Amino acid sequence: MKVSPSEATGFICDDNGAVLPTVENFYKFCGERKLMGVKCMACGTLLWPPRGICPKCFSYKVEWTEFKGRGKLLTYTIIHFPPSQFQALAPYAVGIVKLGEGPQLPGMIRNIKLEDLHIGMDLEVDFEITVPKEWPRWPRYFFKPAR
Amino acid sequence: MTQPLASIVSAGISRFGVREGLYGRELFAEAAREAFDSCPNLNPKRDIQALFVGMMSDSYEHQAHVAPLFLDWVGLLPKPAFRTEGACASSSVAMRTALFAIVSGMYDVVLVGGVEKMTHVSTTGVTEILAMASDFPFEQWHGISFPGIFGMMAVDHMNRYGTTEEQMAKVAVKNHEHGVLNPKAHFQKRITVSEVLTSRPVAWPLKLYDCCPRSDGASCIVLTSPKIAKKFTDTPVNIIGSGQAQDTLSLFERENFSTMKVTKLAAQQAYEMAKVGPKDIDVAELHDCFTIAEIIAYEDLGFCDKGKGGKLIDEGATYLGGRIPSNTSGGLKAKGHPVGATGTAQACEIYLQLTNQAGRRQVAGAEIGLTENVGGSASTGIVHIYQRGD
Repeated sequence: MKVSPSEATGFICDDNGAVLPTVENFYKFCGERKLMGVKCMACGTLLWPPRGICPKCFSYKVEWTEFKGRGKLLTYTIIHFPPSQFQALAPYAVGIVKLGEGPQLPGMIRNIKLEDLHIGMDLEVDFEITVPKEWPRWPRYFFKPAR
Repeated sequence: MTQPLASIVSAGISRFGVREGLYGRELFAEAAREAFDSCPNLNPKRDIQALFVGMMSDSYEHQAHVAPLFLDWVGLLPKPAFRTEGACASSSVAMRTALFAIVSGMYDVVLVGGVEKMTHVSTTGVTEILAMASDFPFEQWHGISFPGIFGMMAVDHMNRYGTTEEQMAKVAVKNHEHGVLNPKAHFQKRITVSEVLTSRPVAWPLKLYDCCPRSDGASCIVLTSPKIAKKFTDTPVNIIGSGQAQDTLSLFERENFSTMKVTKLAAQQAYEMAKVGPKDIDVAELHDCFTIAEIIAYEDLGFCDKGKGGKLIDEGATYLGGRIPSNTSGGLKAKGHPVGATGTAQACEIYLQLTNQAGRRQVAGAEIGLTENVGGSASTGIVHIYQRGD
C-alpha cells in the first residue's frame, strides 16, 4: 500500500512514501478505524503485530493488509485490580481473539455483561473515539460481541 | 551421570518479606554474609573473582548500575561485576552467565546472586513496574495486568483440561504449609482452600491468595569450578544440567496458552545434559508466581502428563513427603518473590536440601534437585539440575 508522505498523513514512511510496518503506524491506522496487519511478500504469512522481518522465511518484504476484524474468543480474564489508568473501568474483561484471517490479537472486550463471556464466542473489532492525552497517544481498538 | 558444569560451595539468603528501612544493597550484603560465614575455607576478597547479579527493575529504588554497587557493599571492589535482567528469571540468567564464565575457564570462583526491594512501593506502583515485563503497546496499553496474563492461561487450562479453582487453591495451601517450616519465608502461616477461594478477585479466576506477594529480599550462591570445589567444602552441590529458552514477550501470539514452551525446552536441554529424567528428581523448586503456573510447570517438566497437573496436586504428590516434593521453601507464594532474588533463592533451597541442611523441611536422602524459573509470561525459561557432590 502506497500512501502520501508522512508530512501529510502522520504515517512514518520510507523514502518511496510506503508506510513502514511499525507499531506507531498500526495505531495510526486504528485512528482511521482500520485494523491492519502485514503480509510477507515472500511466503504469504500474515504477521501481527506488524514487523519488518518475517520470522518464517526471514524476508524483509512485507506489505500492509486490512483485517475484517471478526474472530473468536480464545481465552479471557476479568481484571479486578487494574493498572491505574484503567481503574475507572474495573472490573473489565480482556481476552485473546483469533481473527478469521488467522492472527491472534489481545484486547479489551466491551459492550458485554461479564457473565455472558465464553470461549469460542464471536467478536468484532471497534475503535475508541478519543485518543489518550499522554504519550504515546495511540487510539485503542477493542472487541465487542459480533452483530 | 555427567561431568558437572560447576559446583555450589556455599549459599546465603536474606530473610524475605517486608524489610522496612533496608535497601537492595543491604539485603544483598545480608545474603552474602551468610554465604561467606558458612564457608570458613573461603576468603572472599582473595578467592572470589567476579560477581553476577540479577535484578529486574531500576524503578523500585531509583537505582540503576547496581553491579558495582552490590559488589562494593559486599567488599569485593575492584572485581568485575555483571548485572543481568530477565524479569522474574533475572538471577537465573545470572547463574547461566556465571556458568559460561566457569565452563570457559575464565573464572574459577564467582559470587552469583539476585536482589529486589519492592515493598516500599504501593501495590499499584508494583503492579505497574511488574507489568513492564509484558508488552507495552499490545498488552499494557489494553489494560492487561500481569496477573491478567496468568488469568488468561488459567481460563485456557480450565477450559481444556477441566482444572478447577480448588486445585489452584491447593497449590497455595501446600506452599503456605511448607512456608511454615522456613524461618526465612515471607509468610509462615497456614491458609485453607476456602480462604483462597473467598479471597479478593485480582484477575479472575485468580484471587489474591493465588498470587505471590511483593517482597524484599536477596539471595546468593558461591559457584566454583568442580575441580576445586572440595577446597572449600566437603559437601558441594554440583550443577549437572542447565537449559534456557525464550518465547514471545507477549502471550497472545502463542499456539497454546496452557503450556510454557520455554519450560519444556529448557527442561529437555537440562535433562539431556544431566542424563536424568523427571522420575529421578527428588526435590524441586518451581516458579509459582501464580498458582496456575505451578500446575503448568508440573506438566511441562514431565512430573505428570499434560493436563494432569491439577490431579497431581489433588493426590498430594508435591507435598513434603510426597513423590516429588515441590517448593519446600514455600515457593514464590509463601517464601516470597523479590523478583530478582528468586532464581538464586531457588538454587539456595536446593543447595540446603542436597546438603541435608533444610531443617524441618528436609527431604530425606535427597540426591538430585531441580529449579524452574520463568520470566514474564514465560518469555524466558530456565531449568537447572543439581546433584550432591560429596
